Amino acid sequence: MADVGKTPVARNEKTNNDFGYVGIDAILEQMRRKAMKQGFEFNIMVVGQSGLGKSTLMNTLFKSKVSRRSLMKTEEERIPKTIEIKSISHDIEEKGVRMKLTVIDTPGFGDQINNENCWQPIMKFINAQYEQYLQEEINIERKKRIPDSRVHCCIYFIPPTGHCLRPIDIEFMRHLSKVVNIVPVIAKADTLTLEERDFFKQKIREDLRANEIDIYPQKEFDEDAEDRIINEKIREMIPFAVVGSDQEYQVNGKRLLGRKTRWGTVEVENTAHCEFAYLRDLLIRTHMQNIKDITSSIHYEMYRVRRLNENNTHPNGQQAINANGVPEHEVLSHEM
Amino acid sequence: MQEITMAATEIARQAGEGARAVPLSGHVGFDSMPDQLVNKSVNHGFCFNILCVGETGLGKSTLMDTLFNTKFEGEPTQHNQPGVQLKSNTYELQESNVRLKLTVVNTVGFGDQINKEDSYKSIVEFIDAQFEAYLQEELKIKRTLHSYHDTRIHACLYFIAPTGHSLKSLDLVTMKKLDSKVNIVPIVAKSDAISKSELAKFKIKITSELVSNGVQIYQFPTDDETVAEINSTMNGHLPFAVVGSTEEVKIGNKMVRARQYPWGTVQVENENHCDFVKLREMLIRVNMEDLREQTHTRHYELYRRCKLEEMGFKDTDPDSKPFSLQETYEAKRNEFMGELQKKEEEMRQMFVQRVKEKEAELKEAEKELHEKFDRLKKLHQDEKKKLEDKKKSLDDELNSFKQKKTAAELLQAQTQQAGSSSTLKKDKERKN
Repeated sequence: MADVGKTPVARNEKTNNDFGYVGIDAILEQMRRKAMKQGFEFNIMVVGQSGLGKSTLMNTLFKSKVSRRSLMKTEEERIPKTIEIKSISHDIEEKGVRMKLTVIDTPGFGDQINNENCWQPIMKFINAQYEQYLQEEINIERKKRIPDSRVHCCIYFIPPTGHCLRPIDIEFMRHLSKVVNIVPVIAKADTLTLEERDFFKQKIREDLRANEIDIYPQKEFDEDAEDRIINEKIREMIPFAVVGSDQEYQVNGKRLLGRKTRWGTVEVENTAHCEFAYLRDLLIRTHMQNIKDITSSIHYEMYRVRRLNENNTHPNGQQAINANGVPEHEVLSHEM
Repeated sequence: MQEITMAATEIARQAGEGARAVPLSGHVGFDSMPDQLVNKSVNHGFCFNILCVGETGLGKSTLMDTLFNTKFEGEPTQHNQPGVQLKSNTYELQESNVRLKLTVVNTVGFGDQINKEDSYKSIVEFIDAQFEAYLQEELKIKRTLHSYHDTRIHACLYFIAPTGHSLKSLDLVTMKKLDSKVNIVPIVAKSDAISKSELAKFKIKITSELVSNGVQIYQFPTDDETVAEINSTMNGHLPFAVVGSTEEVKIGNKMVRARQYPWGTVQVENENHCDFVKLREMLIRVNMEDLREQTHTRHYELYRRCKLEEMGFKDTDPDSKPFSLQETYEAKRNEFMGELQKKEEEMRQMFVQRVKEKEAELKEAEKELHEKFDRLKKLHQDEKKKLEDKKKSLDDELNSFKQKKTAAELLQAQTQQAGSSSTLKKDKERKN
């Protein structure tokens, strides 16, 4: 095929009858129209011990009552005996853009006395979503748009001890960073002074590096120099020290989201107070599409390769078959 | 070991399944998602593939040049092609920040043969080959779909000759074969050959023939309000009557693309003269994305479904689908590889056999040559001997001749002496 680079006369004014203007760039508008019509999906998981402000942070991020807590008004607050995975979907809309947001909560994580392998149910859940998508994809009669329930982003809440990562944090992030985008945050950061915060962050980053944990944005997926510069800046700030609140207070004549204490009001969206705004910008305003792309083209593909290969290495007879004829999904070595 | 409580998950999921609409109390910021999506696509670049089907000389290449305002390469083809071939060329175009990889596929030799029964076959094969390539990539274990260069045909421009009467049977047959595989946009080529009134009748005739033969041409989508109106109007103007030209003529004080005749000038971008502007508007500026989407979600899915069913897979009941697809696919591939290997073996055997035969032949020839050489040698030796014998006998003759000569000379000398002495004697006697 002959590859010839030709450039038609590119004009700045986009008048339709302009001589030389073909109209190729109108495809951007067409894509935008299509996206608005279809809407978007986003699935976010929150993991952390109870009491770290996960639900509040979700509500603050999406400026509405999206968390599990807000749904169950009459249920008593109890710590479940085992890890539960609860996922709730919401339809939200902003300026004509519709989004199906699914918040996946994991009550019970890290709350037991013996927390061994606490990450396993979560890993199983994430893989189950990949599995579901894969099944849909290999159907002969496929849906026009395969519903995407894959976990795009997992926010891991680190308790503000101020020292370093605990073994459970390292264990969890080490295992899960291989299958999902992890964004660690320092929860309830208003208990740390700025110096303590910086020290804590540094320690955390060292611990992450020492354990070879790759958190989002992963270095190896930077596409070009521009990307790298932006992402380096982000990597220098991770983990974000956040404070969540869904209550408004009067500050300097303005109504702001914050936490009011006797010694002052912590403004959630004030970057001098906490890094909530950076987290929100990263997750929603700038990198949401990128997070979804990494999930679908890297994490999902890796799962698919593993799954398809494992099917080939086991002779059929030896595979345990479930009641419904599906070959039993063997617990892969890294899930142990 | 912690167990997942599946029941709780299911319940919680179902509660959210009919996801509740939740009002936002402030600006969250995900309204930037369309922009994020568009930016990603811009970085990635787009690709668009057009197939031009039509008889030689209908102005296909010129129309492409005019549409994209570029001089694509290519010599006009001759009319003596033995069959229909598809030639595809890829070009990189850029307009503001949009990079487009445009592939134009031309049918070379369409309609030129005396027997045109199989003309449509190579086109269908080509289209299927592109689907197949995509399917193969999709079924791979390690695949790179997001960086795959999509070669599937997004739009097929079918060039109808401007006879003014009706569609040719070749056109009907070809379009019928293509309508389930590709988006067909029929156009009347070189429409400056038809007058306005004839054109209107021609269009009506064409549309009714297409309908009565059940040919599904591409309909511009009318489900999105922003473009529903313009699309439905344009649907009524199909097939577009176009004129292509890359030459510029001065009209008034502007240079426009036109075709100049002694009786007037046909301006390409004048909507009163031809439908070129409509075609460009619909094909590129309004519906390019829809064409790509229809190709992927309708035509490709149909191909995929048929191909997989043909290969022997089926979605049985919902419980037992999954990996049978992949397994059977792998099994079939192994079977195929096995066959390939067998064939390879056979070919190798045949090759070895042939080599043996050839070797034997050569040996024979060698033997013959040796024999010949021996014979010649012997012959030569015989000749040599004969010659030597002859030489010997000649030598002998020479010797005996020499002897005789000396003997004769001796005798002669003696006779002379005797003669001279006898003359002396005679002289003496006379003196006395």
